[in-house]
Amino acid sequence: MIRKILMSGNEAMGEAAIAAGCKFYAGYPITPQNELTAYMATELPQRGGIFIQSESELAAISMVYGASASGVRSMTSSSSPGISLKQEGLSYIAGAQVPAVVINVMRAGPGLGNIWPAQSDYFQATKGGGHGDYRMIVLAPSSVQESYDLTRLGFHLADRYRIASMILSDGLLGQMMEGIETDDEARAPLKIDKPWALTGAQGRRPNIVQSLYIRRGDVEKHNIVLQKKYRLIASREVRFEGKFLDDAKLVVVAYGSMSRIAGAAVDELRKQGKKIGLFRPITLWPFPSKELEKVSKRVKKFLVVEMSYGQMVEDARLSVKCGAQVSFYGRGGGGVPTEKQIEREVLKFLNPKH
Amino acid sequence: MSKIKINKIRCKGCSLCVVCCPKKNLKLEDKLNEAGIFTAVVVDENNCTGCGFCFIMCPDTCIEIEG
Amino acid sequence: MTKNYKRTESLYDVATHYCAGCGHGILHRIVAEAIDELGVREKTIAIAPVGCAVIAYDYWRLDCAEAAHGRALAVATAIKRVQPDKVVFTYQGDGDLAAIGTAETIHAANRGENLTVIFVNNAVYGMTGGQMAPTTLLSQKTATTPLGRDAKLAGYPLKISEMLALLDGVYSVERTSVSNPKEVFNTKRAIKQAFENQIQNKGFSMVEVLSMCPTYWDKTPVDAAKWIEDHMSQYFKLGKLK
Repeated sequence: MIRKILMSGNEAMGEAAIAAGCKFYAGYPITPQNELTAYMATELPQRGGIFIQSESELAAISMVYGASASGVRSMTSSSSPGISLKQEGLSYIAGAQVPAVVINVMRAGPGLGNIWPAQSDYFQATKGGGHGDYRMIVLAPSSVQESYDLTRLGFHLADRYRIASMILSDGLLGQMMEGIETDDEARAPLKIDKPWALTGAQGRRPNIVQSLYIRRGDVEKHNIVLQKKYRLIASREVRFEGKFLDDAKLVVVAYGSMSRIAGAAVDELRKQGKKIGLFRPITLWPFPSKELEKVSKRVKKFLVVEMSYGQMVEDARLSVKCGAQVSFYGRGGGGVPTEKQIEREVLKFLNPKH
Repeated sequence: MSKIKINKIRCKGCSLCVVCCPKKNLKLEDKLNEAGIFTAVVVDENNCTGCGFCFIMCPDTCIEIEG
Repeated sequence: MTKNYKRTESLYDVATHYCAGCGHGILHRIVAEAIDELGVREKTIAIAPVGCAVIAYDYWRLDCAEAAHGRALAVATAIKRVQPDKVVFTYQGDGDLAAIGTAETIHAANRGENLTVIFVNNAVYGMTGGQMAPTTLLSQKTATTPLGRDAKLAGYPLKISEMLALLDGVYSVERTSVSNPKEVFNTKRAIKQAFENQIQNKGFSMVEVLSMCPTYWDKTPVDAAKWIEDHMSQYFKLGKLK
């Protein structure tokens, strides 16, 4: 039965988690994602789950590690400074191949920064803020509906590949409210069995959830296993959305809430007869580099727009054919590029002699 | 009379068993084993009361006692 | 006819990496014996610390999770919450539980998590080469207190068990040692009791065990055991704290 609800991004992600069968949530208060923690505190215990407000964000990620190691779908959420505290835990989750869903409702940094939205945790999320060679699946919603859908997807991918999925939202998306449609009966969570889980060694050899390999060479062997997994994910799980790519002269590249504003600018420029397109990565890892490269066979100008001083732009530059130019426009520290500013930058880049 | 078996390979020669035996019935060998350790050895097979002190003090569970 | 003494089922028949005379070996056996005597091996989940006992899962025939340094009690909290029918315990050293993991320890205790905690206090960091631990005694020499621990520079040995005994969430806290047979029997009783407390849903039960570290106390195993009795247990008094 399709349900229509008006919800904030934060609460939609909470609802999606429960619908996906999340049975354990640990969180710690931090703006701008508090509504999510409060939602889980209210809803989860009534719907067969366990909620804990932990003593810190790094305790929360270790609790998720424990619940997930038991085979239970588990989640934590926080915002930039709190996510920094979880980096060690995320590296252990990667090393021990424990599924987990972690939500980052990004805010302005560095340091205490502010509670305004930002996208300056891109590197931390996609290049690994913790130690060691590891990856997380990073999903970037651009609407409240997509925040719901990608959170559900995050749980599925986490269980399927025994990996952490990070939902990279931001203060704008988390706080704003939009109508969403949920159809829970149709898409009940896929049951994925977990023979590796810690449930007590009854009638089987003991399971160990570990990331330490003390004998020389074993860690390297383990890393090769992880790298193989990451290549498999990269070959299967890339998601992106394109608009007007077939005839665009210049393509704006943006994700998350930034892609909404950039999308409006593109529509406006199209009205003025300008051949502009939009390329929106949905998975930030695995980044849609082959897809962007394909576009760059025809399109020679790309303008990357971010709420930061340029992080995804590097992945864009790595992806496009050498003939293509990748320029950047961004504002960080809580600044949000406006439609007008993006239009101006596009026109300047489209016809430099102006 | 209790029968003690000491696992010579596992013994690290810590002598916690030697000092705690009420009958002073354990000592360290006077020659090194091939791992370079003075391992524990029973002084008199027939003098063991089976109290188990050596077993519970041994960090490597090298000792077995049949009642 | 006296009792047979032999290796219990939950303790793999393998050599350990522990130094000669290290208390971990005794405690691993005691934990395994308690679990087997209570008949709960197949529903017990251990959480190993980061420290000398990090590869405890090589020695116990149990499901086991490794936890990041200091986070064992957060990991254990979640495992127990989502599997209340299982027996969940952490086995942690003084650095793991009372230095980097202080917050996790205090808050798991304060939440009254129904867990069993084996706290091995050997007054140094063993795995990393004998540095000062929160429980290093005053004037005790370590790699990072070469002239002996000076309270003005490095504070006092931390009485974490006494602190936890103050918390309403805590059901029982005991301090024992493994320095002589009487104390080892006592430690076995306390640890088995701590497991029984959990099985009867009594709540947070911890046993702190003063344990020999001959290598980094720079003593023979026998002298190290004596040092516990002459010095360590004067400051860290044995007995039931709650």
